[in-house]
Amino acid sequence: MKTATKPAAPLLGQPRVQRVLYPVLIGVVLVALWQWMVVAMELPPYLVPSPWLMVQTLATDWAPLGSALLVTLKITVLSFALATVAGVLISFLFVQSKRIETALFPYAVLLQVTPIVAVAPLIIIWVKNPVAAMTVCAALVALFPIISNTTLGLRSIDPDLQSYFKLNRATRWQQLVRLRIPSALPYFFGGLRISSGLALIGAVVAEFVAGTGGSGAGLAYQILQAGFQLNIPRMFAALLLISLTGVALFVLMAWLTKVALGSWHASELSQD
Amino acid sequence: MNRIDPHTLAPPTTPAVPAVEVLSAEKTYPNGTQALLPVDLSIAEGEFVTLLGPSGCGKSTLLKMVAGMLEPSDGRLLVWRKPVAQLHDCPHKMSFVFQSPTLMPWASVQTNVRLPLDLAGVPRKEADARVTESLALVGLEKFAGALPRALSGGMQMRVSIARGLVTQPDLLLMDEPFGALDEITRHKLDADLLELWRKKKLTVIFVTHSIHEAVFLSSRVVMMAARPGRVVEQFQIDEPYPRQADFMVTPEFARHAKQLQDSLLRASTTEEEEAAP
Repeated sequence: MKTATKPAAPLLGQPRVQRVLYPVLIGVVLVALWQWMVVAMELPPYLVPSPWLMVQTLATDWAPLGSALLVTLKITVLSFALATVAGVLISFLFVQSKRIETALFPYAVLLQVTPIVAVAPLIIIWVKNPVAAMTVCAALVALFPIISNTTLGLRSIDPDLQSYFKLNRATRWQQLVRLRIPSALPYFFGGLRISSGLALIGAVVAEFVAGTGGSGAGLAYQILQAGFQLNIPRMFAALLLISLTGVALFVLMAWLTKVALGSWHASELSQD
Repeated sequence: MNRIDPHTLAPPTTPAVPAVEVLSAEKTYPNGTQALLPVDLSIAEGEFVTLLGPSGCGKSTLLKMVAGMLEPSDGRLLVWRKPVAQLHDCPHKMSFVFQSPTLMPWASVQTNVRLPLDLAGVPRKEADARVTESLALVGLEKFAGALPRALSGGMQMRVSIARGLVTQPDLLLMDEPFGALDEITRHKLDADLLELWRKKKLTVIFVTHSIHEAVFLSSRVVMMAARPGRVVEQFQIDEPYPRQADFMVTPEFARHAKQLQDSLLRASTTEEEEAAP
């Protein structure tokens, strides 16, 4: 409301425009520099392809790359969903009693610190369906931030508000639904933001380890194969797709957070 | 029922229906800290009693024991002749107002005020009608849809009071409710609270560390002292209600304030003498 009464700032002076403009400018400069260096130094495309060649490859090789992107996306989304559901359930279990949390939390940490590359071959042997195996791998990577954040959130209640609930004889269920879950939301969304990126990383790592080719091949396999064939432009195109997917996931999570918390939580309120 | 009306009479010397009885209740923590020496106190229906004292005198402890939020380590507390734990199957109700507004930041004013009714399972329609009524009492009916963060500190405190009143309590326990507010807002809310007390015939136990607030509001002041927390003296403030802001500039007001000030001073000097070897 305040901004509406102010005289409109020049377009470039608006923080919202600047937030998009500045990173885009940096990107344009870097890409231009890259293109110029490749041309000026006559770098061969099997060492460093120019950005223009990368985009061209993306267009010409869209058939294999596009379907690979879909496979990777599918595993990312499935594992992210699995990690979210499992993580939230485990957090609910943890906050039921301090004893349960004390007993089980070290194992959640263990899960987090064990490198997924080391565990993935086992999971791929144990789980027959490759998509399911890769989903489990990626979910393991994405699980921990959701557990730790949600547990912290479910415990971070205003003590007076909790006294008030107790004073009014609120049941455990009422406390969970009306107090603990809303209090935990900001932490939960923080966890989602971290885990969405981890799910993508997990999916790519799992694909590398699984090395599945054929119709079920994801972007990681495309990178592997392009590497064998010294098809570096296609490798770069696949990399670009992975990065863009990660950015898109992050933006999606940030948007979700804003929708869920925008009206009340301090982290999402404008600073003016 | 034989309810006496303290708004026209001076508080009775013969106890009427006691709303709250504190029978040698004390609080010692397991580590040996004496938060409160044994207290005997009887509060009649319709009284406005203030617990006044410095930090650490156990006034909040005493209030929380009345509310049942803290167990006394010895002694008993009765509310309408019943132990606090059995109060739920008694027709009388009490409400607690915290020092901070203690609102749910994600919920509208309406939802915040409705909370005790929702927790008790009151049907939505009836609950909403009572919320509207309660918000009107504190003058916030226009802000039902607002989120707490959109309101000033004083308005948030009003919401908290509306939430306290929505259950139609007979006993209102208030733990330094206006302590964090600026003085002008505090005076306004004090005056409004007295209005509500008279209109709703409430019994109020009010915790504060402000002598002026205590004199302005109370029919009786319970003076407490710290280290160890204890009740030292009690004072009747035999001034007629309704009290307006100009009551604060009368000689009677000054006399009461002086009396409380002296008592507070006496309590703290004995404390220092005891502390000296």
